[in-house]
Amino acid sequence: MGPVKEEPTIARTGAGVRRPDLPLLRTEEMMLNMGPQHPATHGVLKMILDLEGERIVKATPVLGYLHRGVEKLAEHGTYHQFIPHTDRLDYVCAMYNNFAYVRAVEKLLGLTVPPRAEYLRTIVAETQRIIGHLFWLGTQALDIGAMTVFFYTFRDREILLDWFDELCGARLTTSWYRIGGVERDFTPELIAKLAKFMDEFQGKIDECNTLLDKNRIWLARTKDIAVISAEDALSFGLSGPTLRGSGVDYDLRKYEPYGAYGDVEWSVPVGRNGDTYDRYWIRIEELRESCKIIKQCLAKLPDGPYLADAPTVVLPSKDKVFTTLESMILQFKLFTQGFKAPKGDIYCGTEAHKGELGFYIISDGGSHPYRLKIRAPSFIHLGAFDHMAKGYMIADIVTIFGTYDVVMGECDR
Amino acid sequence: MSATQHPVIEHLMQRFPGDIVSASDFRGDLSVTVRKEALLPIGRHLKEALQFDYIVHVASADYPTERERFEVIYEVYSIRRRQRLRLKTRVSEADGAVDSLCGIWYGANFMEREVYDMMGIRFHGHPDLRRILLPDEYEEGFPLRKDFPLQGKGWRDTFDDFMTQPAPERTS
Repeated sequence: MGPVKEEPTIARTGAGVRRPDLPLLRTEEMMLNMGPQHPATHGVLKMILDLEGERIVKATPVLGYLHRGVEKLAEHGTYHQFIPHTDRLDYVCAMYNNFAYVRAVEKLLGLTVPPRAEYLRTIVAETQRIIGHLFWLGTQALDIGAMTVFFYTFRDREILLDWFDELCGARLTTSWYRIGGVERDFTPELIAKLAKFMDEFQGKIDECNTLLDKNRIWLARTKDIAVISAEDALSFGLSGPTLRGSGVDYDLRKYEPYGAYGDVEWSVPVGRNGDTYDRYWIRIEELRESCKIIKQCLAKLPDGPYLADAPTVVLPSKDKVFTTLESMILQFKLFTQGFKAPKGDIYCGTEAHKGELGFYIISDGGSHPYRLKIRAPSFIHLGAFDHMAKGYMIADIVTIFGTYDVVMGECDR
Repeated sequence: MSATQHPVIEHLMQRFPGDIVSASDFRGDLSVTVRKEALLPIGRHLKEALQFDYIVHVASADYPTERERFEVIYEVYSIRRRQRLRLKTRVSEADGAVDSLCGIWYGANFMEREVYDMMGIRFHGHPDLRRILLPDEYEEGFPLRKDFPLQGKGWRDTFDDFMTQPAPERTS
């Protein structure tokens, strides 16, 4: 059972409630283009809005401004070579994309990862989830008009990004995950820094949360906005906080445990009303749960290797490449020819902070994927946009858009 | 356990005899290939009778050397059963169309549009079958087909003309 959601004490203001029963004024319908260049679209997205007065009759997302043909590129590179491309999908959460992809390849290969690597992966993935949720919270609040939250969340996000920088040399395009494990181990300083951050972090969540959860404007602009029922949300294929806000406890970390999620104590927050406020509440609770997961993982971190012992597929470590001939040959072969994956097709879904990020790989037994399909949560969430925006006011469109936590790099691929 | 012994597949084989072409279980992923004509009734049965209420994704694949060139893949999930199922169907290039499952899972609307955009497979009964990621007026074909070159075709050639032509004279 997840944490119990408390209703805020301030009564609902009633502003922005979808009222299909109200008669429309039957004025002339107007078409309005929002975007592609708009600060609230977090990338380049155009929205064609059909308006009846201020009310949205139809909202048509126009996608593809960031389409780079990533799925086509995947068919022309080896399995290792695709890892950096996944950084550029959801560019604010590169670590989780890497994680989702390497898990899919490991499932295809039937490769088991050593326990230390599983823990390292889980810790970094949850750190990335915190960064993602902080980013979402800051920008969503900024879009709605609460500017202070943005400064608070970005202050904390910056600390974690610097931590990533120390870990792998990059803040955003990380490529730290490897097929069979991770690129390098934690140093004692990194562990100490992360533990210190997590000790202080609970207070920082409260700091952001108290700015919002009883704020009249925030409540008026998020309560009863973009309501979707559990049944519809499932039918649209929504996932992550967007689905859990409607009361479905579907979380792949619990449903199909991977990494170290099965070994630690945590719970899945589930909303009730399926509105923007519940989705916000879930993300705040998830920040606390991530913090709990990381603390437990750091305490339990097992010793051992951080890369699987499978020389035919796993890249040799750099110190060996520079000192032994065999490793150098292996490294050369793996980068020029890649490894042969068994014939077959697999789908592997991973609970990224936006929702279920999945990779569907068809292998024909060669060294390149025959077909690689990315199940991008942002793309699928925008499929429900028209359904969720219909009947609301034009002023709500930014809130509705923000509530999915869409990143267009992932949506357009 | 072979895939045909799985309760869901067994049920489908009894309910739709002759429509199931093959079934497989690879690394714990259950998939079933059905005849193109049976896609819609089987999809409806999965949603209504077997509680496969969550659509995960719709993918497509191109096998240019085979008689039925394209494959359309629906991945569905049942929250209650905690069961994943992959529903596949094959379609030839001459035909190039399957029934749309938009009416069963709403999310299929965008996902099928993406398949159409990338692979050129049409969907009967789709309410809004347009390109989604590429521009509406894009005419160079369908980029995820195997005969489409990695570097694209068409508009990039105009770069060469641009480079070889003399620069226009300045008028100011």
